[in-house]
Amino acid sequence: MNPPDTAVARFEAHYAEHRRRKTASTALFWVVFLACLAVAVITARFDIRILVEGLPRTTDFLERMIPPIALSTFADDVADWYWGFGKWMGSLLNTLLMAYLATVLGTAIGGVLSFFAARNLVKSYAVFWITRRVLEVARTVPDIVWALLFVLAYGIGPLPGVLAITVHTLGAQGKLFAEVNENISPLPLDGIRAAGGNWLHEMRFGVLPQVLPNFLSYTFWRVELNVRSATIVGFVGAGGIGHDLFTAIQLLYFSDAGAILLIVVATIMLIDMISEKYRHRIIGKDSLSH
Amino acid sequence: MRTTRTEITEAEIAAARARLPRAFARSSHEQARLWLLSSAAAALTLYCLYRFDFLSWQFIDGSAKFGAVVIAQLFPPHGYEYTPDFLKSMGETIAMAFIGTLLGALLAFPLSFLASRNMMPVRPVQFGTRRFADLLRAFDYLIWALIFVRAIGLGPMAGIMAIAIVETGTFIKLYSEAIENLDRKQMDGIRAAGGNVLHVVRFGVLPQVLPMMLSNTLYMFEHNVRSASILGIVGAGGIGFLLADRLRAYELQEACLIIILVVLTVYAIDYLSRVLRERFIVGRAEPAKISAKPAAP
Repeated sequence: MNPPDTAVARFEAHYAEHRRRKTASTALFWVVFLACLAVAVITARFDIRILVEGLPRTTDFLERMIPPIALSTFADDVADWYWGFGKWMGSLLNTLLMAYLATVLGTAIGGVLSFFAARNLVKSYAVFWITRRVLEVARTVPDIVWALLFVLAYGIGPLPGVLAITVHTLGAQGKLFAEVNENISPLPLDGIRAAGGNWLHEMRFGVLPQVLPNFLSYTFWRVELNVRSATIVGFVGAGGIGHDLFTAIQLLYFSDAGAILLIVVATIMLIDMISEKYRHRIIGKDSLSH
Repeated sequence: MRTTRTEITEAEIAAARARLPRAFARSSHEQARLWLLSSAAAALTLYCLYRFDFLSWQFIDGSAKFGAVVIAQLFPPHGYEYTPDFLKSMGETIAMAFIGTLLGALLAFPLSFLASRNMMPVRPVQFGTRRFADLLRAFDYLIWALIFVRAIGLGPMAGIMAIAIVETGTFIKLYSEAIENLDRKQMDGIRAAGGNVLHVVRFGVLPQVLPMMLSNTLYMFEHNVRSASILGIVGAGGIGFLLADRLRAYELQEACLIIILVVLTVYAIDYLSRVLRERFIVGRAEPAKISAKPAAP
């Protein structure tokens, strides 16, 4: 006997159909997911035993980074721990200056290139396309790989590190700036052209005032990222505090490693705070979606 | 249309300038500040250029060497007979990113409830969990990788652990922000209908936050493939090991092939993850907003 064709029955049928489909897609998801997981576990030779054995050793490693500090001899213990304070501060200064210089150079070059990488600002498609590809290569290759390449040519020291971060920065800034450039209003440009201005005038008086706040805010953010990068490139011979950290961990100087790590974290958090404050002053909080 | 041209007299301009001085020029105070700031920045830049040997023969010699030796020797890429090895390593890299992200997500999921204001009434616990997450995120992947390589040995396990630790921190932050933004009404409804805490989480919280969490997780997986590809440089498994090895042995053409492979894989994963996020994770899933954290955006 046919069920009566009521609204309720139709709803029930639809609902059952919907449930069936949903169950099927959930099942499919789990099958695909578990298959991926199985492949990944085999490929990466994931071994839970290494994990279980390794975790105590890792916590031990981390614990030994902080030497025993007694309350009665607090000042002496801390002074002992930070025996290389002067040296590490020198390295930290190097790292910060590396980040600064790389940000300035990368932003300057990337900023100029961004005008050629904005579809609305250049007439020639070839120029646009080539600039975009150059920026893409500069930012897709990780900064530490650039550092390895530059170390080959310039030898060990901060110079290759600065260059590596500069190249990565110009790629990233160029792309972000180009996107800002593409979102500007064309009206001021028309006005300048009508008043007889050339391309440079258009860029200087039509585009720059519109994009400068965004440029500045991205640059503050970039400083923060570059301080991290400047620490990391030290691992492959590009100087700075990263080099000290790398040596300390490699040679198992636990307390040194802990002391340097604390310096690094404190610096990064401090810069985080300062740059956030200035970013918010320059530009409203909502516009910072990147 | 006919336009009329109105002559503006010098007197009118002077009057406007007197009335709205800042429309014509910056105030002298502002001008002085701007001038001071930019000259300080320029001086610091010059000093840095000097300090880091940009203004020396080392830079010129190095640049010449970079052009002649490094760039010239990178191309054309070479070493296709090693392609199977490279691909295997690339697979290991993706697998490291996958397992690391997954472990991070699993660890962060319960902790993220402790870190949300609307779920965790005990303020010190909530605050403490947040700061703990900040601490995990504060160190870069490579620093954790270095520590794990020394603690549990060379190989992909060290890389997986490094990614899992950083991601635990990131996901606690992202997930707890998603949980804090959820709509209370659905939870109230379930509680009013007699549901217990588990019911509230399962039917009131999860349906709201899961799309966001999945989307963020997928986004971070994509990001972690990039990170995992360099972890090998410090010995934590993946393609980075082969890359650093080839570069240090001056096998630049093979290194170039590896770099191209990494870049292509990163593009492929980006594309795949974007398609997955757009097609399958419906709901209010916004693209992840991870400001300023890890290595390369």
